[in-house]
Amino acid sequence: MELRFDSLFSAYDRSRQNVIPLLQDIQTHYGYLPVEKLDEVAEYLRLSVHEVFGVATFYSQFRFHPPGKHCLKVCEGTACHVRGSQLILDALGRRLGIRPGQTTADGEFGLERVMCLGSCALAPAVVLDDTVHARMTQAAVERLLDGEDS
Amino acid sequence: MTLATLQQQAAQTWTQFARRDRRRVLIGAATCGRAAGALRVAEAFRNEFARHGLPFDSDSAEAMASTGAERVLLAEVGCLGLCYAEPLVEVQSGDGSSVLYQRVTPQLVPKLVETHLLGGHPLPHSALAVMAGEPILEIPKFEDLPMIRQQVRIILRNCGLIDPTQIDHAIARGAYSGLARALELGREAVTAEVLASGLRGRGGAGFPAGAKWAFAARSAGDEKYVICNADEGDPGAFMNRSVLEGDPHAVLEGLTIAGFAVGAHTGYIYVRAEYPLAIERLQAALEQMRAGGLSGPNILGSGFDFNIHIKKGAGAFVCGEETALIAAIEGRRGMPRPRPPFPAVSGLFGKPTTINNVETLAAVSAILQNGASWYTKFGTEKSRGTKTFSLAGKIERTGLIEVALGTSLRTIVEEIGGGVLGGKGFKAVQTGGPSGGCIPAQLLDLQVDYEHLAEAGSIMGSGGMVVMDEDSCMVDVARYFLTFTESESCGKCVPCRMGTQHLLRILTGLTEGTGTPEDLPQLQRLGHAMTKASLCGLGQTAPNPVLTTLRYFAEEYRQHIEEHRCSAGVCRELVEFWIDVEKCNGCTLCARNCPVDSISGEKKHAHLIDTSQCIRCGACRSTCNFGAVMVRPRAVDRGEKRVVANV
Repeated sequence: MELRFDSLFSAYDRSRQNVIPLLQDIQTHYGYLPVEKLDEVAEYLRLSVHEVFGVATFYSQFRFHPPGKHCLKVCEGTACHVRGSQLILDALGRRLGIRPGQTTADGEFGLERVMCLGSCALAPAVVLDDTVHARMTQAAVERLLDGEDS
Repeated sequence: MTLATLQQQAAQTWTQFARRDRRRVLIGAATCGRAAGALRVAEAFRNEFARHGLPFDSDSAEAMASTGAERVLLAEVGCLGLCYAEPLVEVQSGDGSSVLYQRVTPQLVPKLVETHLLGGHPLPHSALAVMAGEPILEIPKFEDLPMIRQQVRIILRNCGLIDPTQIDHAIARGAYSGLARALELGREAVTAEVLASGLRGRGGAGFPAGAKWAFAARSAGDEKYVICNADEGDPGAFMNRSVLEGDPHAVLEGLTIAGFAVGAHTGYIYVRAEYPLAIERLQAALEQMRAGGLSGPNILGSGFDFNIHIKKGAGAFVCGEETALIAAIEGRRGMPRPRPPFPAVSGLFGKPTTINNVETLAAVSAILQNGASWYTKFGTEKSRGTKTFSLAGKIERTGLIEVALGTSLRTIVEEIGGGVLGGKGFKAVQTGGPSGGCIPAQLLDLQVDYEHLAEAGSIMGSGGMVVMDEDSCMVDVARYFLTFTESESCGKCVPCRMGTQHLLRILTGLTEGTGTPEDLPQLQRLGHAMTKASLCGLGQTAPNPVLTTLRYFAEEYRQHIEEHRCSAGVCRELVEFWIDVEKCNGCTLCARNCPVDSISGEKKHAHLIDTSQCIRCGACRSTCNFGAVMVRPRAVDRGEKRVVANV
């Protein structure tokens, strides 16, 4: 029975306070939370599955579907908002043909909105994978995607 | 190990680092610097050093200690707060002076190396300030910069000046001398000192920090906890991120002092997962603390044991609320619970718990290092000390600033921030994030402290300041914040869950032109009910953005309702785009960028927007190099508008 739990679990003891760190590690490893892993977390921490599911759905960091190969996040913080982040989000949505929270059909790009990256002074900000791009415009995000496409 | 031994070693490392007689390049590489391209600039420097055959060291302690003066030192430092000028690079050629360059690009690097670093001639056109030595040509001294002159940097004392990955730098500049002093003073005296300093919680509510500690210290039980709240969730705020990235030891020292004062042996730092660099810096700093005997058993030989754990937040604004944050650390849904019992009596795992904000703890370490009477010299009678603010939005000089409490908003916006971007008209400044309010132009002389901000209907909050100009629609701003609080409401109590939904529904109607005169009193009623009846701070303060904009910008609301007009040109359902034929030179750029092909016109002739096709995305406006695309209110009848809204 113990063998079912992979190495991700070995860093944690079975106390309840480890549920969020465990889910975070699983998401880092798989890119999302596969449903069967939630079962394992519940069993490992001796919680009911719906408790684990309740925690996972409460926090905005967790997702339940595989992300795109590239992840685009548009900051929707106050500073970015007053500097036009909505227009950028719309432009990306049109270009990729998806809405925030979705992934393109070819699995290349996922589009997300985030609430403040703390880069407000460089608003509006867009994150492509792990790189923050500052002072974005609609034209600049188009160029960003063109560079990424090639 | 004693502090004296640590300090001796630290002094050596710091002297090497701070020497003015050597070639040195410092790159501001906090998150904002990196967003502006700091890492590409660092790479360019490394390439350039290689090209010139210059031996150089990056920032590891061993390399530094063994470094001779002939080697170049290349180090990444935290944020100086001049975010508008990022990436910032400080270059010193070894002649005793040091110059800070702004908006450095990789293309500029070869010239910086050849002309300044090797040639000894600064480049005045790219320079921002002289960091050390005499003023050079027209380059002003750093402390004379308009953005810096009015600031008092206590929280930010080390940010941008030290290499945050090196505990020696922090120690050489005073870190942990406050902890050593606290351990000597004893628990009660430490709490008394913080009480005497007048320090109030910097997380928003402004409760006296010393009093909070005294409650937890008095609670029965051997097992107690202290928590540092670094879940900086306010959109528009990044003060805590900068401090954690630029000077993690200031916060860790404060947390250890708090633990000692309340009698805790375990501390937690709850950091947003969106701040990976801050987490990395904290982890590294914690390891260095353990290695130096500043964390773990028997700290500095005092017999005091203290361990710190880092908890990554998983994204929930409500976790800024104490009881919700505790639930999150315990591995539950981050929902607040009614108080009492207060966390000081029954908090984390049911034990007495003290929760302090990042900035409060950074102030605590400074207070213990320098004494309460030193701290009370700054600020006002009721609001002692300094406060950091993140200046953002429509302002010339965006960045992170720190001023004595009681400084006027005008000083902050006009002198430090350099006024509204592009010389446009100032409309309002939003303080306190989604829990705060919008302060209008007529109140610009307001003193920034807890009492005055509350009187104006806003709050200090954690320190976000977003400047709005004439192009910002206040109804849209209110709707924006309610979109946020509506989605972040945890749903536990009805006033907040339903209240935010209804406020948002009404505000959305106003921005789409379907508002009615009855909406305004309804917004007021809902808002006041939420303030009185919500369970936690999120719901109690969520109506603030609506109530303050109603109070100061009633005319804008009236326009949206009676004339279906958004004079700022923001509410998309209420505007139309047009091209000024005087300004348009027919470059065709807008037509090529229009996603719906609604722009027509011959090359080199003025273009025209077909408003029946236009989706008002603003692509043309953002691409036009001549400012020819204009926005104006459009008179619409409701039937037509509905159709557009469904597109």
